Amino acid sequence: MSYTGWILLTASLVGLSCSVIGVLLILRRMAMMADAISHTVLLGIVVAFLVTRQLAGVHMLVGAIMAGLLTAVLVQWLHSRGVQQEASIGIVFTTLFAVGVVLIATKVGNAHLDVQHSLMGEITFIPWETIHLPWIGSVPEAVVMLTLVLIFIVAVIIAFYKEWKITSFDPALAASLGIPVVLMHYMFMSLVSVTTVAAFDAVGAILVVAMLITPAAAAYLWTDRLSVMFVLSAIFGVLSAFAGYYAAVWLDTSISGSMAFATGVVFMISFLCSPKHGILAKRKIKPA
Amino acid sequence: MMDLSHNAQWVLMSTLLLGMAAGIIGSFAYWKRQSLMSDALSHAALPGVVIGYAVIGAKLLPVMLAGAAASAFAGSLLIQWIRSSSRVKEDTAMGIILSVFYGFGIMMLTIVTRMPGGNQSGLDSFIVGQAASMVRQDVMIMTGVALLVLLVAIVAFKEWKLFLFDPQFARGAGLSSRLMDAVYLTVLVLVIVAGIQAVGVILMAALLIIPSVSARYWTDHFGRMLILSALFGGAAGMGGTLISVYGEGLPTGPFIVIAAFALFAVSLVFGAKKGLVHTFLTQKAQKKHGMKLIPQQQLLEKGN
Amino acid sequence: MNSVLSVQGLSASYRKYQVLDRVSFEIQPGTLTGIIGPNGAGKSTLLKTLLELHPKLTGAVSFFGTSYKKAKNRVGYVPQRGSVDWDFPTDALDVVMMGLYGRIGWLRWPGRTHRQLALEALDKMGMADYAGRQISQLSGGQQQRVFLARALVQDADLYFLDEPLAGVDAATERAIMNTLQVLKENGKTVMVVHHDLQTVEDYFDHVLMLNRSVIAHGPTDAAFTKENMIRTYGGAIRWMGEMSG
Repeated sequence: MSYTGWILLTASLVGLSCSVIGVLLILRRMAMMADAISHTVLLGIVVAFLVTRQLAGVHMLVGAIMAGLLTAVLVQWLHSRGVQQEASIGIVFTTLFAVGVVLIATKVGNAHLDVQHSLMGEITFIPWETIHLPWIGSVPEAVVMLTLVLIFIVAVIIAFYKEWKITSFDPALAASLGIPVVLMHYMFMSLVSVTTVAAFDAVGAILVVAMLITPAAAAYLWTDRLSVMFVLSAIFGVLSAFAGYYAAVWLDTSISGSMAFATGVVFMISFLCSPKHGILAKRKIKPA
Repeated sequence: MMDLSHNAQWVLMSTLLLGMAAGIIGSFAYWKRQSLMSDALSHAALPGVVIGYAVIGAKLLPVMLAGAAASAFAGSLLIQWIRSSSRVKEDTAMGIILSVFYGFGIMMLTIVTRMPGGNQSGLDSFIVGQAASMVRQDVMIMTGVALLVLLVAIVAFKEWKLFLFDPQFARGAGLSSRLMDAVYLTVLVLVIVAGIQAVGVILMAALLIIPSVSARYWTDHFGRMLILSALFGGAAGMGGTLISVYGEGLPTGPFIVIAAFALFAVSLVFGAKKGLVHTFLTQKAQKKHGMKLIPQQQLLEKGN
Repeated sequence: MNSVLSVQGLSASYRKYQVLDRVSFEIQPGTLTGIIGPNGAGKSTLLKTLLELHPKLTGAVSFFGTSYKKAKNRVGYVPQRGSVDWDFPTDALDVVMMGLYGRIGWLRWPGRTHRQLALEALDKMGMADYAGRQISQLSGGQQQRVFLARALVQDADLYFLDEPLAGVDAATERAIMNTLQVLKENGKTVMVVHHDLQTVEDYFDHVLMLNRSVIAHGPTDAAFTKENMIRTYGGAIRWMGEMSG
């Protein structure tokens, strides 16, 4: 596959995984939690690196999951002590992130893990870091990881579809029916962590947030059916990835920044023009 | 402290004042239940900084700060608009503005730094902060902002208290919530914009959130809470700066955050009002003596 | 007598306040009990604590002679309407079907029988025509009926409802109370957190009067007296002589 092809594929995979998880994220009102986790995975990666002295994908994933779970647990704990939800998130993630930055600055030196990189990603390097797969040949490592993550996410969502639905809509009822609401919450946090770190290399932290939240929010404005929302969100994710890439090439600018901005454009269009929930449609309905 | 360089003294002053201002306005944000708004607005400020630089063609601080403020304002207006005109919830709206504006900012930043004469390191510092290289001008700005915050808080103290605790009643009593909101937002944006130079976009939110939450554990009185937040914020600013100064080359921003968190941890455990130790002792006493009927007037707290 | 629910010495706190103080009572099958008391007196907390949605400090609770965990599928819960996000992309039928998720089990999809059961439940609440309607387009009363249909579809033996009549129209109120009455006639047991003192005598055959502990409990005509009311509400109400309706 061509260089551009790999980049587009990577970006699409990021768009797909993030936007699919994003649907549950915004319905569960955990958008800012995603923001938090996308920062704290930095700490997870750093610790994983310090412990294993390797930058291998698997170690990063484990570090990320643990960081994500730690974040969720700490936020939950603080909130149960009476701190507002948002403030709890703010305290936990900024502190953990600060610790991560300090560790990088003091212990890690130059090992490819600078803060800038983690925050912004560098998709242009992706096609160069390949691994060899049987039959298929040489494939960028990021593509392999993202594909596996995507398959995993979709499988988990489909397998427990009704449980995700009910725990997002009415956790109290779900608990009374015997569904393990807390377990599913932490399972979900793990999924978010895994998705985040898989996308890290490609688009960086802040822009993972854009992909996680914005396509799903756009889809939310087009449909009243959950299943359709998932599909639309995925489409918007890929659309933003493509549009963002080509805009970046045209303007000669950051690809990840451009993709994030593209998600915003898609959202704006939806916000204004959606026949069901868009502003223009609502204005028309107003009685004369 | 006499062996501190001139520069270090400026930095110390700046972060002290910044911490105090952030503590006060952060308390307001907390009671408005908008703690993470500062995170969203800090990120939304980036495009403004870059555009400000691009328009002038030179790293002129006031212009860049004005750009940052304008950009943050635009972001907050968009969040309001999205939240009020569609079924998209506030946290989602914040996430959208945060990441999209920031992405746009990165796009602009990349374009600008590739232009001839683009001084990348100057703009970059807005992202991670550059407290260590602050100069006298920065202290002037910080002082101005801090004094403004103090003025606003003191002059309208009882109005703030009313507005924050019961906006509907306040409106009924003739207090214009639009005015209060506008003033609050203006001050918030100014503090954020002044602060992101020092600690960077990501960590500014910490300074706005952590000290005010810490104060909560020591008092139930609004006025005392403001004072304590200011003290904690200032202490965090100073403490973090001192550590990084004596630590030779350690980044200032993260240590300020860690210092703030340390104060929070202490408050959480030992705080006189709601700290862990206090609660533990109270519960023990409760179990021992049983409880009397609570009077009708005491309604359950519906969360803070 | 085999009581359906037996509570002994239940205590619970909410933040700093002890909201339930050694609450004890027993509920017999086939009763329709109204739980009343002032705000903050622990009514909602009682329900949540019984359903293990909220931690208890002390006390023993048994459902049908056994633990809640074992009796879970015989207990139905209708939480307060405000506890849910009505913008969620789902329709009325779907919400009712959620009541069956516990029964459908892991890794299985709802089938035709489940749809049928859900439609019947909606029909019982007069909402069959609204099956495909997005829930944000329903009125408050309609939403409450959907919630009740969801509880009916669980086919439980003991139902807890938290303020089901709050903010609903008169027709819905009648529909809900009729349904509860039918449940009772079929031998089910119902407990309702209720806010309107005027209608207690009409709606409930038993009453549980709560202000952090049980002030009175028993058949309505015996327990719902002026003295007990004053003890429950602590003088915060004015007795307006004969209450109409």
